Amino acid sequence: MNAVAEQEEKVIQSQPVETAREFITPGVNILETPDAYVLEAEMPGVNKDGLNIHVEGTILTLVGRRQSAPAANFLYRESGPGDFRRVFELDPAIDTAKITAKIEQGILSMTLPKAEKAKPRRITAS
Amino acid sequence: MIFAKLQRPNYGGISPFHRMVTLRDELDNLFQLALGQPLETPFDPDRLPEGCLPALDLYEDNDGLVVKVELPGMKKEDIAISLEDGTLTVSGERKQDPRFDEATVCRCERVLGRFERRVSLPCKVDAGKIKAAYTDGVLTVTLPKAEEAKPRQIPINIK
Repeated sequence: MNAVAEQEEKVIQSQPVETAREFITPGVNILETPDAYVLEAEMPGVNKDGLNIHVEGTILTLVGRRQSAPAANFLYRESGPGDFRRVFELDPAIDTAKITAKIEQGILSMTLPKAEKAKPRRITAS
Repeated sequence: MIFAKLQRPNYGGISPFHRMVTLRDELDNLFQLALGQPLETPFDPDRLPEGCLPALDLYEDNDGLVVKVELPGMKKEDIAISLEDGTLTVSGERKQDPRFDEATVCRCERVLGRFERRVSLPCKVDAGKIKAAYTDGVLTVTLPKAEEAKPRQIPINIK
């Protein structure tokens, strides 16, 4: 049902610790169409250069790095410190070679197309 | 699926009490549902909890104040900024991607809808020189200090 499931913490731990900086979990919207899954992740302050999308097997890792906050006198601060990171386990039906991504005004939009054989189809009896 | 609009993981803008308040309301609703009573706090998309407002930063440097608001995925035209009586107001509406209306929704964590943030500025600013930019989903408003609010060095002639 929820085919793009969130991976458990163990995956994160099994990977080398990149930095000591704290990661924020970006909010995501995921929808399913007959042909593909569409994922939108909120990463304000991240541009194309700061984005790192990694697929290994069925594990999708999204990392968005942004400029550090200026060393200024903060009177009020609500934005989270550090970069964004989230790990998903993909439905095996997703054709990982055809995944596309773009980032626009802090929203990462990804299209994860389903493999041909996984798409629903109508079978007519002869 | 409309309830799911309020779900959001640990995001910078959420106040620490938001989850507790939400949890309390949800428990109340659960008991009332079980008892077959009408819900005390019906869902109202216009009355989003405080924590769903976009995160705002305010910092100061020598020349002025800088306000940053995290507003991912908006259009420049949909953001309104105004200054009145030393209060800066940023408002707008975050709209749903139309694709989400038809397809099957697996996860819905982004907070959408109308928002308004107000911040009282701690010093006088030069209203004519305010600049705003919207890049990478972050709105940055630069407010130069008014001349009288700038730190000044007064030379003293010792006789």
